[in-house]
Amino acid sequence: MSTDVDFDVIVIGAGIAGMVCAHQLARAGHEVVLIERGQEPGTKNLSGGVLYCRVLEAVFPGFVERAPVERRITRNVLSFLNDTSHLNVDYWDSRLAEPVNAVTVLRAKLDPWMAAECEQAGVMVMPGVRVDALLREGDQVVGVRAGDDELRAHVVVAADGVNSFIAQEAGVRPKEPIKHLAVGVKSVIALPRTTIEDRFRVSGDEGVAYAFVGDCTQSIAGGGFLYTNLDSVSLGVVLRLDDLEAKGLSSADVHDRFLAHPAVEPLIRGGELLEYGCHLTIEDGPAMVAHDLTRPGLVIIGDAAGFTLNTGLTIRGMDLAAASGMAAATAITAALKAGDFSDDGLSGYRAELDRSFVGADLKTYAKAPAFLENPRMYSEYGQLLAEVFHGIYAHDLTPRKHLVSTAMAAVKRSRLTLGRLMLDGWAGARAL
Amino acid sequence: MTPLPSITERLARNTYHLDEDENHIEVNQEIARRTGTGKLLVRICPAQVYGEAPDGTITVNYAACLECGTCKAMAAPGALTWHYPRGGFGIAYREG
Repeated sequence: MSTDVDFDVIVIGAGIAGMVCAHQLARAGHEVVLIERGQEPGTKNLSGGVLYCRVLEAVFPGFVERAPVERRITRNVLSFLNDTSHLNVDYWDSRLAEPVNAVTVLRAKLDPWMAAECEQAGVMVMPGVRVDALLREGDQVVGVRAGDDELRAHVVVAADGVNSFIAQEAGVRPKEPIKHLAVGVKSVIALPRTTIEDRFRVSGDEGVAYAFVGDCTQSIAGGGFLYTNLDSVSLGVVLRLDDLEAKGLSSADVHDRFLAHPAVEPLIRGGELLEYGCHLTIEDGPAMVAHDLTRPGLVIIGDAAGFTLNTGLTIRGMDLAAASGMAAATAITAALKAGDFSDDGLSGYRAELDRSFVGADLKTYAKAPAFLENPRMYSEYGQLLAEVFHGIYAHDLTPRKHLVSTAMAAVKRSRLTLGRLMLDGWAGARAL
Repeated sequence: MTPLPSITERLARNTYHLDEDENHIEVNQEIARRTGTGKLLVRICPAQVYGEAPDGTITVNYAACLECGTCKAMAAPGALTWHYPRGGFGIAYREG
């Protein structure tokens, strides 16, 4: 094999996974180039906005204080939305502020900072360049081609996101079944900081994350979200592609109708649209990650590998991206030391992942996507809850009943049976 | 009333670096029509890049593309050629 290389490692894609991996490799003393197709890191990147940030402290000490993050999430609201009613589970806990557990981020602001950290660690950041193909010698990946330019390295890291053309070209990922994917459609709406504090009952840099299920997606599998930033809110819908196809609706219309919902519109009233965007996301990470994660000379990390977890209550991608970037860096460092870039030489990556919370969490939530396929999650349950509470609060001068009778009557009026309810409850408890 | 203008107006507020020389999206009209992919693309694209002309031809306004890849994931085999714009071109999120 040729040892004539331009860099030890080429990382494709300046997202969280790619930047964490490049940073750790440079800090270990390796020559690393980070290639990004956007004119500047962050310009192509969009996330819902909640980053479970503890893992990043290990890479960037003082991350929450130093990085341009928006708000620290101390309040989580789960909202069951119906046409003309909603029921919220509203969880505020000061313990979520210390240590900081989750922050909202706007990627076009966060990622340039992270790229600067990479440069400081010695990474050569190369923006505005699209990688077109891998270079190979036999089975071995030996570099990349971008236009007429070729760059060679011992190891190439594909961190090129959910669409990963590189992983597909390498034959690692086949065309994904559309039920594994969802499209997120999001608006960022500017609101004065004081309005955000008053409207969402937060102070200082504390913030709220809403997760909506039910009518927010017009019964398409998926959900809605709303996150507070410093002086804006990010909100939108996530729609599973198979169900978007089946229901015959327009993704933009579903997004617009969510924002106009009587439970949502007051939260953004008087605001001004700053940006409208969208991003493909992964609904069944555990199924996707089941494929190989390496080829000789190639390692796949982050969204490109499928590291996303939708547990119904929390949606995680960026923290898993960071952890996969760290695991890859550790494994690649060992491979560089041994001079072995075969599948065997890179097998430390899978082992590192299995040792980390990534491997454990992917196992724990392996059944969650199947549970979330249950169509009753997106229609009947929200209605049922509203019926129960309507029975409690609506005093129509008929004699009152005990809570259990009220609930049973609501179940009877719904299309659900008690047996169905118990089975779903049990499945949910096991999956989540 | 939500603070949402029309899709065209809201995309006009986004920042794009338009590649005048290269269109990164191509529809195979025949396959798109035969498989129903054409009508599907029109409704699933959040940026409404795709439209349907009166004669059934699928139009492509690639300048509006937000590069999510939903169309590529959902199109029938052969109906759509879609790749990222050349380096430095396309959507440039300011918020993200």
